[in-house]
Amino acid sequence: VSALPGKLEFRDPVRGAALAEALAIRARSLGRAPVSVMHVCGSHEQAIARFGLRAAFPAELDVIMGPGCPVCVTDVPEVDEAVALARQGVRIATYGDMLRVPGTAGSLADARARGARVDVVYGVAQAAELARSGEQVVFFASGFETTAVATAAVLLADPPPSFSVLSAHKYIPPVMEIVAEMPGSKIEGFLAAGHAATITGWGVFERFVARHRVPVVVAGFEPLDILAGLVRLVELIAAGEPKVDNAFPRCVTRDGNLAAQARLWQVFELQGGRWRGIAHVPNGNLRLRDEFAAWDARKRFQIDVAALCDHAPAALVAQCQCGDIMAGIASPHDCALFGRECTPDAPVGACMVSSEGTCKIWHQYGGHPDLRQIRRRA
Amino acid sequence: MNDRRHIEERITLKYGAGGGAMRALIEQIFAPGFGEVAGGVGLAAMDDGAALPIGPDRWLVITTDAHVVQPAVFPGGDIGRLAVCGTVNDLAMMGATEPLALTCAAILEDGFPRSELEQIWASIRAACGEAGTTIVTGDTKVMRRGELDRIALTTTGVALTSRVVTDRGLAPGDRILVTGTMGDHGLAILATRGELALETQLVSDVAPLNGLVRRALAAGGDGVVAMKDPTRGGLASALHEMAGKSGVGIVLDERAVPVRDEVRAAGELLGIDPLLVANEGKAVIGVRAAAADRVLDALRSHPLGRQAAVVGECVAERPGSVIADTGFGRRLLGEAEGELLPRIC
Repeated sequence: VSALPGKLEFRDPVRGAALAEALAIRARSLGRAPVSVMHVCGSHEQAIARFGLRAAFPAELDVIMGPGCPVCVTDVPEVDEAVALARQGVRIATYGDMLRVPGTAGSLADARARGARVDVVYGVAQAAELARSGEQVVFFASGFETTAVATAAVLLADPPPSFSVLSAHKYIPPVMEIVAEMPGSKIEGFLAAGHAATITGWGVFERFVARHRVPVVVAGFEPLDILAGLVRLVELIAAGEPKVDNAFPRCVTRDGNLAAQARLWQVFELQGGRWRGIAHVPNGNLRLRDEFAAWDARKRFQIDVAALCDHAPAALVAQCQCGDIMAGIASPHDCALFGRECTPDAPVGACMVSSEGTCKIWHQYGGHPDLRQIRRRA
Repeated sequence: MNDRRHIEERITLKYGAGGGAMRALIEQIFAPGFGEVAGGVGLAAMDDGAALPIGPDRWLVITTDAHVVQPAVFPGGDIGRLAVCGTVNDLAMMGATEPLALTCAAILEDGFPRSELEQIWASIRAACGEAGTTIVTGDTKVMRRGELDRIALTTTGVALTSRVVTDRGLAPGDRILVTGTMGDHGLAILATRGELALETQLVSDVAPLNGLVRRALAAGGDGVVAMKDPTRGGLASALHEMAGKSGVGIVLDERAVPVRDEVRAAGELLGIDPLLVANEGKAVIGVRAAAADRVLDALRSHPLGRQAAVVGECVAERPGSVIADTGFGRRLLGEAEGELLPRIC
């Protein structure tokens, strides 16, 4: 038994307080406020909310959550493909987070309630196991390059013929370009996701830094990782010399995991495609190469998405601000639906579905309420 | 709590998850027409049980629980032990620590193995022995195959008490205690289910708490002002309910909440917070500040309370909210919404 979270090295609040102070001093010394930085990872936002870190960030620093939740950026037509397949009677296996993402005519959870077979799995290997019975099983695959590597590994390990993949996998580096180039973007630095960089290596961001002249710091997911990463990022902003810095050296190298990269690119290729609420992202989608057509659900099945379109999209969706929220332009409290028509029970936008979605996280953890003022008597 | 959320046309799993949806279901569908009990605690209070006044300073406490668990036998217990402990504990949470007797109704699916039934009834006998109670009547039904998932048990318990403790007696300044580690039962069950393919040493904490609570009440007297067992929905739901009904905010010192390392690890792996999952052998106790040390010492002197800890304090601000202090900052502690689903990564 240990107290939470003090015993773990990277959750030590004493060192956290020291880092928070260092961050405040450096942010103040920039002499202008607020300075905006963006992280592009749902796991970062999850940790920030989970540990109440926003309370430790200085007012001079605005830490914005970018399009870093793979579930949230899964586009409506991709969800529609999965729902259509499920309604056609094909068994679908997917991650729990994907179940409630609304498409044009409901979510996979809705399809399941009407009798479709939808299984929640913890990983792609489990989905492939389901197909060993000989029944057709389609794995609706979401996630960034980290998760895509797992999908690739299964496809390279002689999966059963009745198994196939409906890929909604996405690739993070191109969307950082989109955000950096957005008109009026005030992002002065990026905090990059440590787990993705474990695969790609931090070198993958060098071209981005050279082109956009903003620093990138790769950071891990424990509270001290995030604080240390932000300290480094503000230092780089102050120095005015944009570069990539690795604040997660216990896991990330410059070149990354070459074996994993080889498998990733052996199975997947880059394609342009829409990210929900964001934009068309050139090279933003990971799609199966032709050599893997036998396991590509889009090539194996006639997916009748048109049949779904009889159901008009709910009017509420038009008011959904997930896109602006993911682009860091708006916050959940700017959305009229947040916490009213749109709740984790009955989500309108995908950001309210995933545990990595900004709206879900704000709904669960209370966003930014100022809880510091509440005093105990003792 | 007055949860006015809309009840949908179909009752789905979330209405049984122990959170706000379930409270709304009870308030809007089950409770209307069954009002208060004068001088006692009725259905409208939505407490762990009811208290019917039967004389000066004398109440009959009654509670009932239906039990379904998949799998029926799990590390640390089985559905039989769960049924006895759940009912004994609900009585204890009302301040009634001497259960007179229990009833037990069993519904079985056609083809249920006799050996497993005998094993379950052996553990019912053992748990009754530990709690100092007995089964005095029951009922048996067998359903056709497919009409039931193997076995369901319903237990009702009665006890007499000279003092009723509700779940709504908190005031600003009161301390919140837990009697031990959080999340053991819920994560043990989740880890046991085949689909996670997780091998762990996790063991359910299912145990009768009446002896432990008796000791706390003896030490704290009137200083013990509220009790609840953090079953479905875990510590988060128990604290929300206590805060809402009492009209206080609760500041939870998250670092003080005891959680086993293996439970924490399994929770991180599955993306499930141990504070949101069920406990079956733990209590949350609200005490006046002056009584906190006495009650804590009493709890720790009992084998089931060795890991007891003071984990929070009640405040006047933000009534109904639970504010978790992480050591880095503060956040609101949310309740579980619907099924607990694994995260993608």
